Amino acid sequence: MGEMNVIGKRMAMTDARAKVTGLGRYADDLSVPGMLYGRILHSPHPHARIRSVDTLAAEALEGVKAVATGRDAPTPYGILPIGHDERVLALDKARYIGDNVAAVAATSPEIAEEALRLIRVDYEPLPAWFDPLESMKAEENWIHEKRAHNIEKEYHHHFGNVDEGFAQADFVLEDRYYCGEVTHAAMEPHSTLAVWEPNERLTVYSSTQVPFYLHRTLSAVCEMPMSRIRVVKPLVGGGFGGKSEIIPLEVAASVLAKKARRPVKITYTREEVFYAHRGRPITIVDLKLGITKEGRITAAQARIVQDGGAYCGYGPVTVLYSGALLNALYDIPNVKFDGFRVLTNKPACGAMRGHGTVNARFAFESMLDQIAARAGLDPVELRRRNLLKAPCTTPNGLRVTSYGLPECIERVAERSGWAEKRGKLGKGRGIGFACSHYVSGAANPIIRSNMPHTTVNIKIDRDAGITVYSGASEIGQGSDTMHVQIVAEVLGVRPERVNLVAADTELTPVDLGSYSSRVTFMAGNACLNAARNMRAQILGPVARQFDCETDDLEMRDETIVSKNGAGVSMSFDDAVALAMVGEGALVAKGTYAPPEQARGGKFKGAGVGPSPSYSYSAQAVEVKVDRETGQVKVERVVAAHDCGRALNPLTVDGQVQGSVYMGMGQAVQEEMVWREGRLMNPSFLEYRLPTTLETPQIESIIVESIDPEGPFGAKEAGEGSLAAAIPAIANAIYDAVGVRITDVPITPERVLAALRAKEEAEKGGAR
Amino acid sequence: MTKELIRLKVNGETHELAIAPNKLLLDVLREDLGLTGSKRGCDDSSCGCCTVLIDGMPMLSCVALATSYQDAEITTVEGLARDGELDPVQEAFMSWGGAQCGFCTPGFLMTTHALLEKNPDPTLDQVREALASNICRCTGYTQIYESVLAAAQKIREKRKNEIAISK
Repeated sequence: MGEMNVIGKRMAMTDARAKVTGLGRYADDLSVPGMLYGRILHSPHPHARIRSVDTLAAEALEGVKAVATGRDAPTPYGILPIGHDERVLALDKARYIGDNVAAVAATSPEIAEEALRLIRVDYEPLPAWFDPLESMKAEENWIHEKRAHNIEKEYHHHFGNVDEGFAQADFVLEDRYYCGEVTHAAMEPHSTLAVWEPNERLTVYSSTQVPFYLHRTLSAVCEMPMSRIRVVKPLVGGGFGGKSEIIPLEVAASVLAKKARRPVKITYTREEVFYAHRGRPITIVDLKLGITKEGRITAAQARIVQDGGAYCGYGPVTVLYSGALLNALYDIPNVKFDGFRVLTNKPACGAMRGHGTVNARFAFESMLDQIAARAGLDPVELRRRNLLKAPCTTPNGLRVTSYGLPECIERVAERSGWAEKRGKLGKGRGIGFACSHYVSGAANPIIRSNMPHTTVNIKIDRDAGITVYSGASEIGQGSDTMHVQIVAEVLGVRPERVNLVAADTELTPVDLGSYSSRVTFMAGNACLNAARNMRAQILGPVARQFDCETDDLEMRDETIVSKNGAGVSMSFDDAVALAMVGEGALVAKGTYAPPEQARGGKFKGAGVGPSPSYSYSAQAVEVKVDRETGQVKVERVVAAHDCGRALNPLTVDGQVQGSVYMGMGQAVQEEMVWREGRLMNPSFLEYRLPTTLETPQIESIIVESIDPEGPFGAKEAGEGSLAAAIPAIANAIYDAVGVRITDVPITPERVLAALRAKEEAEKGGAR
Repeated sequence: MTKELIRLKVNGETHELAIAPNKLLLDVLREDLGLTGSKRGCDDSSCGCCTVLIDGMPMLSCVALATSYQDAEITTVEGLARDGELDPVQEAFMSWGGAQCGFCTPGFLMTTHALLEKNPDPTLDQVREALASNICRCTGYTQIYESVLAAAQKIREKRKNEIAISK
């Protein structure tokens, strides 16, 4: 690959100007003439049969234009084909406090609110399940009749032989880890504007990471062919997984718009966003690990229970990720995994940044530290002794094509001063180390098919402007900019010449969405292929005119020139005009589907985990622990991330730092607190996201392993660095004050309790 | 509720508006004036996405009654650029990655603008303190810190040049 002009450069995002001027439009910024305001009635009961819903008084209120109940949209749906267990408005039962029962569209938000108060719902409260370990023992009052004992799914995987593995080990450790529930808290509350068009079509503008799944679901629930529905994604104010499945307001707005034959907008309050949730579940990990005295891992065994809330959502995928990605970070010959996704009467959990892998990784990296201490090994050295020899395929069928972990570890160890600092930072201060990894998109689509995961089109017409049509969803991560960079690089033009039309089901070909860190790898590869096709169309006629081969030509600086300096020089505009002779507008297409060999094994649950490529991360964190208050302060983070190739180092740094930040929040202060199905902290005053005061500068290091199949060698950057942050902090606390905290968030209470227990034990020992 | 006629000066332009007396400044900006740059991200004045400048002071427009600010100069994110030229703070947030999803960005820009008006040479700790009432979920703040410090430097250089020219 020759020198590149756009790829690898720190480039401001293409939509940055719209964002800093306040002129960019998010869903709630949109309004159209005649627009109604929608509101949703939520269940006050965690588990109740709905005997009847009386909407007559609400319908009679002046200004109310439509009232909908479960009967208006009875078709069940869900993001997974195996989990169509939700209805936009409950039909028979409410299954959590906040479940959606009825919806209203009115001429003002105040009238809509008033109408909600006029709806009479006759509930018959049922016994409810809140604790996952209790819920999975339930003999009756199951949350979904078809899910016996409230177990949504369970999986049991065994690769190699863990009994033999543990027998070979010199040190075996077992422990239980608990992770509280956390949520995405994207700054933009969900919002949907559904417009009933005069030609009996439906146009839906929504804050979504998955416009094409929304398209399918709306078609099913509104009972309209997809060809009469258009979904458009405006600017999205952050997702992190919270907008990666169908959120009830998206369907409710559409149902109301169809019923009222008017445009309807619904925007969630922040409290509603907390209840809509789909975040990272309460997770209980029972982990067992064995190593030899030389520090080789011989076996790992995990039993993982996730508290999934009241609906399936992504649940089975979440729990499968927690097992599958026990592999592919280190070389572990024997792995056993028992995973349970359990239903409870709380809002459904779902995919959140680092989907499924984060809490299992917290347990694993914590235990590596514990077992290193037991064996008298340096925790970094222990990790070095268990590296994969890539390229390789893990026992559970994950194909590792590029592996920058060794470099991540060395760069972080060096930059952080690990060797000089561990155990030597003085009173109340410590340093901790951990690693993590993540997929660059799922090799198997949610809805099985042999169609490509992404198609990208490019059009060039007489203005010689380049228009790229991609279904990929920009959610703040740089998806749009990535497309522009790739096309500008391949066609040798300035990025300003490239215009992107994205995420509009009427204009752009299907892209599966912004989840599982798939966009750069998959949409990027499709875009690269489309650009190469376009390049061939432009270069062909130029080569014929100059009587040379297209291989002799290159495109750069807005011109077509000979590679060897032999005479050819034609401006991009002239070349395009030449190519259009007899052809008209130039149109090119590119697609991407993961290769067959990346798609994993054949056992039950094998579909989740395989990816065309994996990212790697290593981190060192320094903390200060106040022995009097138990307060943990994160003082320094050094994080290295192997993203294959950094197409845009500016946005890669931003993704890595943002991931670390989110991990840090989960590690020390974020938790959704539940009391009998009611959320105690549905606001930012009480669910405390780290502010600037708690967040140090995060030092990110980019490692480029150049993946053989990624676009220009790129792989994911947006999620893989999250998981390591949590155990790195836990390990640093151990280094600082000698206590091992196995429950997150690591609150002052937990630290103090551990310190007191340690003091007691030491006193006891002295006696 | 009977509407009241009020005058509001926003980004240098005076508007006459008939609004309910309990209407919040944020809603007037967004609904009556079409200035949707200021955002609502929470229910309880905890996110900072709606921050505007009132007589140069950063304030949350989601807890301000519009009728109370008839004598004030209100500046929103739409008013930061002058004659199409971006403010140094806007430029810096673009080039240094200070905006990812962009939803919190208007609030951060307004708070930063006010900080740098007062103190064009802040330390990192001063930046962290000044921005503590604005939440960002994307960036981990690091590129915001870098954006603010870069904007500060640019503002200092600009002032130096202006002084040099005026001499």
